[in-house]
Amino acid sequence: MDWATVWPALLGGTLIGVSASALLVLTGKTAGVSGIVDGVLRGEKGELGWKVAFAAGLIVGGAVLLWLAPDKLPAAAPRSLPLALSAGLLVGFGTRVGGGCTSGHGVCGIGRLSVRGIVATCVFIAVGAVTVIVLRMIGV
Amino acid sequence: MQIVIAFACGVVFALGLGVSQMTVPSVVIGFLDFFGEWQPALLFVMGPAVGVYLVAWHLRRGRCSPCGATLPATAAHRLDARLFVGASIFGVGWAIAGVCPGPALVNLARPNTFTLGFLAAMLAGVGLSHAVRR
Repeated sequence: MDWATVWPALLGGTLIGVSASALLVLTGKTAGVSGIVDGVLRGEKGELGWKVAFAAGLIVGGAVLLWLAPDKLPAAAPRSLPLALSAGLLVGFGTRVGGGCTSGHGVCGIGRLSVRGIVATCVFIAVGAVTVIVLRMIGV
Repeated sequence: MQIVIAFACGVVFALGLGVSQMTVPSVVIGFLDFFGEWQPALLFVMGPAVGVYLVAWHLRRGRCSPCGATLPATAAHRLDARLFVGASIFGVGWAIAGVCPGPALVNLARPNTFTLGFLAAMLAGVGLSHAVRR
């Protein structure tokens, strides 16, 4: 176990928890990124303002990261374009059918001790683990 | 006010993803690689993230926010087929690219064919789900 990677992980996780908690406590909203993206794309009535603002914050935060610590953002493509496109399609479609992603089900759902969030998180981690094995077997 | 708070939360969320390297696909795929060279980083990110949220939820659920909105009082517990199907489809895509929706937006700051292609396809996937969910 390399502690040099544990501390940043704990610090980053705390920032994520503080952000999601502040959004909940101060506005009553849930920091689920797939739901936020969905609301922005649909032009969801009454929810559009804060959802656009949160999504914009993520993008601006990315720009701050690029400025302070560019090595935190992926420079080289880890996968070919066809694989990136397939993966994006599955992630966008799957998160909306399943009603959430790593932030909504993973952080906010488990943080509420929601059975739905806990089960969804176990499912996508288990399926993800099997997928990694299958990809290795077929040599991708 | 709500808009300013949401924007600030988005920035802090992005910094958290970056600091913890959840924006780096190989770190995420490494976590899912339980039978290879397993990288537990994601576990150390989820721990404090869930822990802080647990406390906030426990203390403030069902109460009033300074913005005047009432916080949700109960969590969702209903399990249905769509949850399992959707989470499974997401799991496959997540493991192929090592990117989930949060990092997909954060990575826009460093555009390349991978980050832009993934994001565009993800938005298309969300759009496609609207047709199915109706």
